[in-house]
Amino acid sequence: MDNPGKICDFNPASATDYLPLDKLRQLQLFRLQNIVKRAYDNVEHFRNRLDERNITPDAIKSLEDIAKLPFTVKTDLRDTYPFGLFASPMQEIVRLHASSGTTGKPIVVAYTQEDMNVWTDAMVRTFACCGLHKGDVVQNAYGYGLFTGGLGAHYGAEKLGATVIPISGGNTERQIMVMKDFAVTAICATPSYFIHIIEKAEQMGIKMEQLPLRAGIFGAEPWTDGMRDYIEQAGKIKAYDIYGLSEITGPGVASVCQEQEGLHIFEDYFYPEIIDPESGQPLPDGQEGELVLTTLCKQAMPMIRYRTRDITTLMTEKCSCGRTIRRMKRIGRRSDDMFIIRGVNVFPSQIEEALLAVEGALPHYQIVLTRDSGLDNLEVQIEVTANVFSDKISTMEKLQRQIEKSIEHIINIRARVKLVAPNTIPRSQGKAKRLIDNRQL
Amino acid sequence: MKLKQLSIFLENQTGNLSGPCKILSQNNINILTLSVADTEQFGIMRLIVADCDKAKTALEQAGYVVNVAEVVAIEVGDQPGSLGEVLAIIEKHNFNVEYMYAFSGDLKEKAILVFRFEDTDKAIKVLCDDGVNVIKAVELYN
Repeated sequence: MDNPGKICDFNPASATDYLPLDKLRQLQLFRLQNIVKRAYDNVEHFRNRLDERNITPDAIKSLEDIAKLPFTVKTDLRDTYPFGLFASPMQEIVRLHASSGTTGKPIVVAYTQEDMNVWTDAMVRTFACCGLHKGDVVQNAYGYGLFTGGLGAHYGAEKLGATVIPISGGNTERQIMVMKDFAVTAICATPSYFIHIIEKAEQMGIKMEQLPLRAGIFGAEPWTDGMRDYIEQAGKIKAYDIYGLSEITGPGVASVCQEQEGLHIFEDYFYPEIIDPESGQPLPDGQEGELVLTTLCKQAMPMIRYRTRDITTLMTEKCSCGRTIRRMKRIGRRSDDMFIIRGVNVFPSQIEEALLAVEGALPHYQIVLTRDSGLDNLEVQIEVTANVFSDKISTMEKLQRQIEKSIEHIINIRARVKLVAPNTIPRSQGKAKRLIDNRQL
Repeated sequence: MKLKQLSIFLENQTGNLSGPCKILSQNNINILTLSVADTEQFGIMRLIVADCDKAKTALEQAGYVVNVAEVVAIEVGDQPGSLGEVLAIIEKHNFNVEYMYAFSGDLKEKAILVFRFEDTDKAIKVLCDDGVNVIKAVELYN
């Protein structure tokens, strides 16, 4: 193969985000044609899938032709574990990451040096979107290791010219000490872990407004606008939403800008489509559906039409920040997070929305589903905070009823609200587990 | 006088009462009196201690949700009818009692009634005007 790395030589951060749309589409088509060919020539699994459909890479004449290609799903990565989807020989691969394998084997992802450059560039552009620059002190509380979050953010922040503190996740008291003593200006963490940090700081008698921290770069789990407002208000920072997934590259796929109206997708690297999750049919921009991503530059492991299971909408209106690359709405839910109770589809984010609608926002909750003599029950456990706690039973029962009403109003199902003591709902240092399904289905 | 009362949120589970007591004991804080209100799911432990701020800090550091409310302490004779007399005055003024409890501590032949009113200041004024012995915090802790 002739040096395909050449096509992906990255442009200065500012330039690519602001490309005129016709130039951007040209670039995307050129890269798409190359990456499909690369995958076809080097990945047996992908070649077989195209051969079954009597398609060759030449079928891609326009960006719309991408719909002719089959999807890639998570099980494809499991079935080909560990290296089955690699398009580069092992000696070209400079990095391996793996996802947490909650069911059986993990999935493995690989990077060539060129892929590392692209990933780093995407993270530089992410941080630039979040208003970070040389001179910022970035506390990186994403986990370092096989998880892509830690190292992805690390390389990007360093390349940006910021001072990086590679503290990784956990040891919350030390996080707060470092944040204070090292005059940290920005933190990278999952939103649920940052809430934990705020609470711990309060307990330690440290006031968030007295810290120089001004920005939080949050990703790796779905959250809501309400949660963002809560974090901004309680943490005295601006909360930025970033998006990414290991299968595509890790963090750095998309980021909100200063306008905080949707996340700009770095679509010169990661081509987005929205499909109907039931039929798999492409949906026009502006309609809500499942996000499908194609890596336009990934050498080691090209992902063609990867189904993310994340539900969002592509926004086409030009952003007032001036970037031309498309935005998507905040990922509030995943198609596989959804649970069905008494025939109704419910997303955990709807429960969160209901909780935040009640005064005194209660950020820590868990949904527990049980089945009792054939009837499904929905229980929402919520940790009581000092804001809402009263010495009067009547006030607490009123709060319970208010939340129950708010939930019923949003999902049309009666939930039992259980108030629980602080720190009883398990928090991982990484992603918050919102749903426990104890029904024997 | 107004008195500070600590309230602690507890889940309704075996063994949950002893947790806060242990914290107070470790910090050498004596409990003057307490009452526990419970529902099917949760309970609220209400405490009167001499050093309310110290107790609050210690409990919060141990992870409890703590609330401080103002209550009214009234001293009455430890004999039949005393509570009735105070209640009659409260009813006469149409005050709603959120909850109340009583204890005698080490006061000889006296009992202390603790009331939680919606409007503490107004209640104190009316009770004092009607000759009820609303006692000060210092008297209680001595």
